[in-house]
Order: sequence, then structure tokens, then C-alpha cells
Amino acid sequence: RELSSESNIHIYCLNILVFVTLQQRDPMLKRDGFEDILEERRNSSDLKYALRCYAPVLYKGVTPCKANMLKNIVLQSDQLRYVINQVSQESGEAPDIIQEEASVILEEMAHRLQISTVRFFAFALSKAFKTLFQHVCVNEEGIQRLQQAIQEHPVVLLPSHRSYMDFLLMSYILYTYDLALPVIAAGMDFMGMKFVGEMLRMSGAFFIRRSFGGDKLYWAVFSEYVKTMLRNGFAPIEFFLEGTRSRTCKSLTPKLGLLNIVIEPFFKGEVFDVNLVPISISYERILEESLYARELLGVPKPKESTSGLLKARRILSEDYGSIHVYFGQPVSVRSLAQGKVNRSTYNLFPRHIPRKPMEETQSFVNDTAYRIVRLQEDNMVLKPWVLMASLLLQNLEGMELSVLTEQTVWLRGLALSYAAFLDWPDHAPTAKVVSSSLALHRGLACVSGGRVSLVVGEPLGPVTPEEALFNRAVSVLSCASYRNQVLHVFLRPAMLAVAMLHLSDEVYNCFSFLWDMFSNDFILCPGDTVQDFEEACYLLVKTGAVQMPQQDIVMTDIGQPTLSFFNGLLEPFLQGYQVVCRYLCEEASEGLTEKQYIPAVRSFHSVLCVFTGNLRCYEVLSSDMQKNALAALLRMDAVRKVKVADQVTLIVNKMAVNSIDDILGKNRMISHINQTQISPSLSLVAVAEDLCRDGLTPSYIR
Amino acid sequence: MLTSDSCLSLHKHGSSMASDSNSSESQRIAQQRLRIIAGHLQKHKDDDSGTIATECKAEANKGTVPRKRQEIMKWNGWGYSDSKFLFNKKGQAEFTGKRYRLSGMVLPSLQDWFENTFGASVNHKSPATPALNASAVPPASLNEAFVEDLKATGIPFSHEAEDRVFRAHGHCLHEIFALREGKKFERVPDMVVWPNCHSDVVKIVELACKHNVCLIPYGGGTSVTSALECPPEETRCIVSLDTSQMNRILWIDEKNLVAHVEAGIIGQDLERLLNESGYCTGHEPDSMEFSSLGGWVATRASGMKKNVYGNIEDLVIHIKVVTPRGVIEKSCQGPRMSTGPDIHHFILGSEGTLGVVTEVTMKIRPIPEYQKYGSVVFPNFEAGVACLREVAKQRCAPASIRLMDNEQFQFGHALKPQVSSIFTNFVEGLKKFYITKFKGFDPHQLVVATLLFEGDRERVLQHEKQVYDIAATFGGLAAGEDNGQRGYILTFVIAYLRDLGMDYYVVAESFETSVPWDRVLDLCRNVKERINRECKERGVQFQPLTSCRVTQTYDAGACVYFYFAFNYRGLADPVHTYERVEHAAREEILANGGSLSHHHGVGKLRKEWMKESISSLGVGMLQSVKDYVDPDNIFGNRNLL
Repeated sequence: RELSSESNIHIYCLNILVFVTLQQRDPMLKRDGFEDILEERRNSSDLKYALRCYAPVLYKGVTPCKANMLKNIVLQSDQLRYVINQVSQESGEAPDIIQEEASVILEEMAHRLQISTVRFFAFALSKAFKTLFQHVCVNEEGIQRLQQAIQEHPVVLLPSHRSYMDFLLMSYILYTYDLALPVIAAGMDFMGMKFVGEMLRMSGAFFIRRSFGGDKLYWAVFSEYVKTMLRNGFAPIEFFLEGTRSRTCKSLTPKLGLLNIVIEPFFKGEVFDVNLVPISISYERILEESLYARELLGVPKPKESTSGLLKARRILSEDYGSIHVYFGQPVSVRSLAQGKVNRSTYNLFPRHIPRKPMEETQSFVNDTAYRIVRLQEDNMVLKPWVLMASLLLQNLEGMELSVLTEQTVWLRGLALSYAAFLDWPDHAPTAKVVSSSLALHRGLACVSGGRVSLVVGEPLGPVTPEEALFNRAVSVLSCASYRNQVLHVFLRPAMLAVAMLHLSDEVYNCFSFLWDMFSNDFILCPGDTVQDFEEACYLLVKTGAVQMPQQDIVMTDIGQPTLSFFNGLLEPFLQGYQVVCRYLCEEASEGLTEKQYIPAVRSFHSVLCVFTGNLRCYEVLSSDMQKNALAALLRMDAVRKVKVADQVTLIVNKMAVNSIDDILGKNRMISHINQTQISPSLSLVAVAEDLCRDGLTPSYIR
Repeated sequence: MLTSDSCLSLHKHGSSMASDSNSSESQRIAQQRLRIIAGHLQKHKDDDSGTIATECKAEANKGTVPRKRQEIMKWNGWGYSDSKFLFNKKGQAEFTGKRYRLSGMVLPSLQDWFENTFGASVNHKSPATPALNASAVPPASLNEAFVEDLKATGIPFSHEAEDRVFRAHGHCLHEIFALREGKKFERVPDMVVWPNCHSDVVKIVELACKHNVCLIPYGGGTSVTSALECPPEETRCIVSLDTSQMNRILWIDEKNLVAHVEAGIIGQDLERLLNESGYCTGHEPDSMEFSSLGGWVATRASGMKKNVYGNIEDLVIHIKVVTPRGVIEKSCQGPRMSTGPDIHHFILGSEGTLGVVTEVTMKIRPIPEYQKYGSVVFPNFEAGVACLREVAKQRCAPASIRLMDNEQFQFGHALKPQVSSIFTNFVEGLKKFYITKFKGFDPHQLVVATLLFEGDRERVLQHEKQVYDIAATFGGLAAGEDNGQRGYILTFVIAYLRDLGMDYYVVAESFETSVPWDRVLDLCRNVKERINRECKERGVQFQPLTSCRVTQTYDAGACVYFYFAFNYRGLADPVHTYERVEHAAREEILANGGSLSHHHGVGKLRKEWMKESISSLGVGMLQSVKDYVDPDNIFGNRNLL
């Protein structure tokens, strides 16, 4: 099993390089301790707390300004005036009318942050949090760093997004620590909730439409509004890089629009620096848990409404464990951009005229977004249940409690050696940890007769096979949302393990293929393939699962459990992608539209499952995986989008899709693969060469 | 004909810009005299076709600068040997000598300001080496054949260590610091020559070409760009060509209002001599006491009063340059020409890389009838910049308008002398009270703009009103003539203050840029912040002083001048630290839309950014001119390219 010469070089440099990169990441891995902010709430008056003196430190360059003054500044800005004139010329409407339009947009968008509403929330949320959660833990050192940063530079808060709770929680914490309250970019859907929408507005939320593609005026108002607040140092700006709540608990590929907006004032020299603060909010149990699973399976998301929120009161009676909020090290955009973006290229163009960012800038912003999301991932707190869920999902038929306990302990060791941020109770016997985790998640797993298995919602009366499948899938997807939380820790070594076990020959090439294939499903920083490969090798070597004599990568005697666990971890993804490939090759009709794609895959899969019986990849029923698989195939040019009339049609290059299916493992679909058996079936190089011949872009072959 | 006699008699009364006879009373008397003399001269007009000419070598040198500069000037600091700041035994600051307005005065608040601003103490001295250590100077490596031929021409020269060292540096911080520390010199000129006129220069350049000797023109020696530093890799004999003795006004043409002047003349002499005839050039760079006409041309200098008189490129009508290929000059004195790219612009800013500027015809103006200083206080820097921008927009800038930031405003206050007719503490106190208490200006935010109006009395008053009206719309309050005048006095003494700082562990430097109006504020803020941050990162133990002022306004932008100083106690290599910070500051300037330089030039200090600034094609164009004019790199100071 010779590696290619390039891989040799990689391995050669490996020890030094990886050592260096991990050393560099090391400061991130030295994590702060947590304080429970609910503890004080349980011991003192919430009313007093809500009414206490609030006097946060402000940005040193702040231009004091009321929320409604902001609107005037925005409407009178050169930037907006320019766009208004432009739109007026294009549309033939008088500038006054366009100006009026802009004013309406701004009115609809703007927040009306006021402290009294925040105090109301401080009171109400104290009550709610105490009922819902055992602890709300915050790293106070992070708070101190943030306080420092707020004074020095405009700050952008970038929390992970798993729940509706996120932004209320953020404001609550900042209020608790007497920090400047942020203004928060929120989706317009909240506005549907009349009263609540206004409340949120008064607690600092400003509302943006989900899509405003070509609307120049909207974009101008929006970006100027955000920039004005940033430049004036009005308040920290908060938004979710992931764009929406992740229904799978995996981090989502970052959206760049807002990040571009908040970074631009730095490039234009309007501010000295901007600090980006990654914040990781980890929920032991997510409020929306089963809601998400259903949504992923195609049950439409309930529209945000006040009455819906009130109905959700029943969740108040449940125990949702703890929340951990970790404020990461503020990241200076100036330091990040050093040597990557030449700011003087902004010198030759008036700064108030909107311009598409230059390529250099775009790739910088993209890169930054990925790095921030990875920083969020790094500081996500993982509970023991996350490890248990990972194991249970590899044993859907259930497993002995003792085996689960034993394997959980083993997995804990592995996770810790991979620097997972594991919140494992001190001094508690393992059995206790396992049982209390099971108790908290009794809706997902149950123990009967010493065996642990997933709970499947029992429907009333007889069910069709499809309904049974649906119910099963809900519980698998709910459980998967916990496993997904640990994936970022194991992802790189797991891809290497898959590469070694299934596609033995060209390990690096295979790794690179998987890396490319999965780059919509996981946070893989563009261009980091080699670095990730090296990290994977380093980690597997470190835990003794593989050895690297000379230029080779070989599994050790003790490596099998690790490698097969990793293999099993990614199995649902490999299978899912394969189902999609199979569907596209075997079933997809000529004029398949983008809209039809998801339901079509879903029903194809149901048919497969119901009739073949032993197929168990429920996760492909998730619209998330289907979308990601399609995106990967589009990226690899195996599928093309063609716009016909108003419909977007998918044109499938069947040969190419077939080849990809092959690489993913031909046998897998037919007979359930023995996870522990290494089956060097196909030579990746041969497949890759085929792909080349088929006219594919083999971007993963380097 | 202006005889040497009348010239000398006038000399006694002539007031140097920097001398102590500046009070408005004596100035008025002097100007009256000048007008009378101008009247005399005009009577000769008919006989003379309006031309006053002096022949080359017709009279002995009467300029301020002797061949042995060290006889009147500091060898290791700024300016005249007799003028310096010091803290006396009581710890109070004093300015010695008799030349300046502040000379002989005690400045009671300077010590507090100095100690508080820098965390320095008058008890912690870092004195300079008292005298030049000849052993630190590398021996002259002379080109004997060149020396022989030079002797035959009778042009004076020297290879004494003091003369050579004096011409081995400008006034960059690292240069002065090294002199004070008595550091060993890597490379200094091997000899100094003093040509007396254009034809002397032609002879020297011919000999240099013949014997392959490296020539470095030396004018006033006030460069702050390492332009005078000898390239250490230069193995040929380096000859410093000191133009100081070429300091005559050769003729004045009153019909066209131009004067033909030898390029070695220094600013104060040029102005003084022209004043004797009732004229001025109006070109007043801050260094005008010492900098030379040739130097202005070679660096594209800018004068304080450029709003009325123009910058050097607007002032020159004709330039004569001696290059290794021969003499470059135009054939006529037409005020503007369309004859391809203007060859003057190869010369302007060439920084001594192409040849020696020997004679310049430049515009002159009658001395203005009336001069008035003024000042305006603004609540903050933003308001001040907005006002200057509006003044520029309305094209009504006074001869000079400068906006000092709050740090400089406070610094200016620290320089108030104890007893002074123009700084009456009581009135000052009242004013301060009015501004801070009544008008609500924050003393830690307010800034001041200084103004200088020139012209006939009525127009000046009218102009003044217009400017003050604009200022009022930006919240500006007129703050009196004294504040304005003090600002301009500061200009001449600030360079002396650096030497004081260096006596007490404080290093300081200034640098400048030009920038479009809309970026002025952002640039100022970001550069200051960058300096503060770099200082911190590089281990400077004390908060640095960063201050800026807008010194010139243009239609499309402004010139911004930065001062930067810090206490270097605890630093192993303060100069290196300083240089890294300045480097970072320059990068910040460029990233914020500022230029590489407005008037200091590039020298060797900023060469690395030339490509970025003018494109590699642009550098290629300049290089090809250099290659054509000076193929053997006789003018080998290696500036610019």
C-alpha cells in the first residue's frame, strides 16, 4: 500500500507540521471554566435583578446616539443617497418616492432597543430558565475578554444557532454581566408574531427579509444600517453565521452576506479593527428536538406565531438539562487580514458607492467565516449522552446496557484524546452517568431487560409500513442530532478511517474525495484538505490506531475498534449519499425539477426500505442530507442545473453519478457490510481515472 | 544695479524670519523701509529694463551658511549651536540664544507637560556625546587623480572628518540618535567640495565622470528621508557637493515678476534678500531657515503659504541642472508649455539622482501690504476637519490654514513663556474659561486651527470674516491672533524640542502624507491607533504621544502631518523600535488612502513602497530616465529607485 509521492511529502513533513498546527490551536484548547448564572437567580430576587443598575462599558470611540437617530443617519448617508439616485434613475420614479421607500424599509427593519423591555425579559427569562434548565453556565473569562474587546473595537458577536432561545439567551447573559446589549439580526419570520415581534424589536432585534436577491435599495438600507451601528459603536452586532437554526445540530455552512457587511468598514478604513467573537451555545437537550426531526422529514415547520409560542408552554414542564455558553477569544479582523487583503485596493474607488467585493476579499471573508464556525465547534460542550447516542446509532437493534456503558467509557477516552470539550461529571461512577443521561433523554432511548434501544413513538392503531418507517426515522434523526454534535471532533480521523478501510489504495486521494464530497455536510475550511489529512493522521497515530512506518499508513493491532467505530460513524452519510446516487441513476426522470427532488428521493428510499427490509439508513430521509448530497453532486459536475421557463431542472450525468456511487462502496447497498471487515474492493485511482475519462472535474485529485 | 554696498547696508536691517525682530512694530518699520528701497529701485527701471542683476562671483559670499557649518550649527542636533532647550537647575525649561521669539525665555509649564506626557523625568538624563570622535569616522578614501584635477580648478574642498560627517546625514531620528551616541559610521563622504557657481558645478561633474567618482549633492541638509546617507555598498570615492556657497540672486525681473537665483541659497536668505528689493517668493517650508532652493526642487517641497503662492512646482519657471550628460534647461521662460511631458517634472523630486540643480528662475511677488494671524477653536477634530474641507470647497483658504489636534493644542499651551507681551495669562485664562465652561467645549477634545492672512488690508479683513463665518457654522469660535501666531512660532522651534527630548530618553519624529478629504479623519484615527498598538506590541513601556495636524488644504484633499514620540527607557534598541513603528504607520497610511509623501520625499527611507505607489511601470519610466541621464550612476545616492 504505497502512498503517492505527494503523500510521501505530506507524511514527511507531518510530524513537524501537525505538531505546529496543533500547537497553534492549542491556546483554543485550553478552555476556561464555567460559572452557573442560574445559581444566583435561585438565591436572590428576580425582580431586583431585573431592576438593578445597568451601566455597561462602551466602545471608546462611541458616538452617543439614540436608536431613532440611527435611522436619520442612515437615511442621510452618502451611501444610501447614492443608491436612491441610482434606483430613481433606473426606475424613473422620483428620488423622493424612493427615499420614502427606503424610509419604510428602515422602519420595518430597525430595532428599538430600550432597557425597560430588556428588564422585562430579564425577569421573565429568569423564571423560565429556572424551570427549564438545571444550569446556565458561562465562561466568565470569556466575558472579561469580551468586555475588554467592546471597549477597544466594534464587536460582532457570532453565536452558534441551535434554538430560538439563542438570542434571548445571549442578551440575557450580557445583561447579567453588565455588558453592552447587542443589536441582533433576526429573520423576518418573527415579525409574524405581532406582540412578540415588537417585544423582540425593543430588546434589540432588527428584522431582515430572508431573501431580497436583486433588491438594491433593500440591500443598501440594510447594509448601511448595520455599518452605521458598527462604525458609531452603537452596540455590539450579533448575528448567526449559519443563517438559520441548524436542525441537525451539525454546524451549517456559513452565510457570508452579513459578515461581508461588518468586515467592509475595516477594509475601507472606517474603523481601525473589528473583533469577531465566536460563541458556542451548547444545549444538553434542545427544546425543538423532535420538531426538528419532523421538519427534516418533510412535516412543514410550524409558522412562528404568538399562540404557537403559548402552546409551547407545555415544554415548561420538562427538564432540559444544562446550557453551556462559551465566549471564545475575540478574533481581530485586522490580524486575520494581515498579508491576505491589500486594503489599498480600496483607495481608488469612492467608498460610498456600493461595489461587489473583490475576489481577494471574498475568499478572505469565506475563509474567515469557516474559521469562526470551527471555533464555535471547538468550544461546544459535549455531554456523555452525545457519545452514547453515537454508539446507539451504530447498534439500532439495541445493545446491552453493560456494553453501552463499557463502550461509552472507551469512547470518552478517545474523545478526550482528540481534545473534545467533554462535560463529564466529576467523581461520578460511570454507571450513574450513563443512567442519568438515559433518564434525561428518556424520550429517545429506553432500557428494558438490560438492553438499551431507541424509543419509537407508538402510534395509535394500525400503521402502514411507511408510517412505521416515518416513526422510526423520527427517533433515529432525533438521536442523530446528538451524535452530530461530536462529529466535528472525529470527522477528520473518521474520513481517514473510511479511506483506509474501504478504499485502501490511495489513502490520501480517497480522503480528499470524501473531504470534497462531504464539504456541504461538515465544516471543512476551503483549501484545508492537506492540513486536515495531516491532522487526521496525527490523531490516529496519537491514539495508537495506526502506525506510519516510512511512507505507509497501517492499522495497528489495537486500532480496529477505533477504525471501525469511525467507519460506523460515517456509515449513514456514505449510505445516504449512495441512495441519492442510486435514485438519480435508476429512477430520476428526464425533467426532474429541483422542487421535485426531495420528495422523490424520499419516496424512492421508502420503497427501497419497505421492500428490501434490511436497509437501515434512515438518515437519508432527512432533507438536510438530501440537499447536501445534491450540492456535492452539483459541485462535482455529476449533476447540472438547467433553468427551463420558471423551473430549475436537474440534468444527471448518469455515468458520473454511477462512478461516485461506486467509490462510495458498491456492495454496501446490497448486503449490510460487516463494519469490522476491511474490504479493499475498488482501487480509487482506477475509479478516479474513469471519472477523468467521463469528463468530470476531479478536483479531489491533486 | 543693486550695488553690494546698498546690499550690505540693508542687510543690517533686514529681518530674518526667525530672528528676534519679528514683533509687528519692528516688522512694519522694516517693511516700510523695504518699500522705500523698492521705490528707489523702481526709479532705475527705465535704464535697466526692470532687471537687477548680479554677476557670478562678483562679490564675496554673504549668505548665512559658512563652509564650515559646524561653526554656527550643531553637529549632532537641529539648528544653531546657540539655540537649544534645556531644563535649568530649577527644573524649568528655557530656550537659549537670541535668535527666536522664545529665546531667553522660561517656559514654566513645559516640564509638567513633558513629564506627564511621556512618563519622563528631568532627573533621568540621556546626554549626548559632547564632541565628534574622529576615530569613529572611516578614513577618507580619495580618488587621487580626481583630487589633482579638482585642485587645478581652484574650487575649495575638504576631507576633514568634521566636514565629512556633517554631510553624511540629514535629520532622521536614527541619524541624529547615532551622532549623539557617538556610534561608528559605516560610510561618510570622502570629501566635500564647495562650488561657487554653475560653471564650478559643470567642472566638478565633468571630473567626477572622468574619474568615476560618486557625487552626492548637499543643500541645506534638512532631509528626513535618509536621502543624504551614503550607500554603504558604494566603493567609489564619495564627494559631497555642498551648494551653500552658490547663494546669490543673480537677477530680478520686475516686469515678469521672476528672480533668477542660485540654487544653493537657503530659504531665509532668499526671502531676506528679496525683501530688500520689496519682494518675496512666499515659499516658506517649515525648514526654510536651513533648507535650500535646490533641495526644494529636488524634493518637490511645499510651503506653508502655498494657498497664495503655490508649491515649488508652481513657483519655478526655469531650472538649470548639471547632469553627467550635460546641462538640462528649457530654451524660454514661457509660463506654460505644451511641449510633451514637462521635463521640469523629471527634475522636481529627483532627489539628487540625476544631477545638481544650479540655478532656478522662480516667481516673486511684492511683499504683501498686510499680514494677520488668527485662530479658531473647534469642539473636536471632526468639526475642524469639516470646516477646513468647506474652506477648501469655497476656495477661500487663507495663505495658511492649519488644524492642530487636541494633543498639539495642549502641547502649544505647554510652551507658553513666563513673561510675554503676547501671551497674557489673565486673558488666556478668561478665554479658556469662556470656551470650556461657557461654550461647553471639552478641553480634552477641543482643537485649534491657526490662520495666516496676507494681502491688502481691506481684502484681508474681508477674507478673515468669510473664513470665520464658515468656521462658525462648524461650531468654531475665533480665538484670537496670539493663539494663531503661537502656532506658527512652534513650527520653527519644534525641531529644537526633539533634541531636548533626546536628552531625557524621549525619541520623536514627524512624518506626513496627503489624503483625499473623505479619508482624512479615518486616516488620522487609524494611524494614531496603529502607532499606539505597535508601540505596545514592541515593548514601549510608556504611552506614546501621537498627534497630527492638517497643514495644507487642496481642492481634493489635505496634507496631514504626524508627530510621534515616546519615552524609550527600558528598550534595548529604541531606534529600531522607532523605525518599526514608523514603518507600520506608513503602511497604515497607504492602506487608508494616503500617499507615500506629500513633500518630504522618498529618499532611501521609503523606497520599498515606490512600486506600490507608482506601479512598476512607473518605476521603470523613472529608471529609464536615470539610465539615460546618468548611465554610470555618478549621482549615486540611491534615493528613490
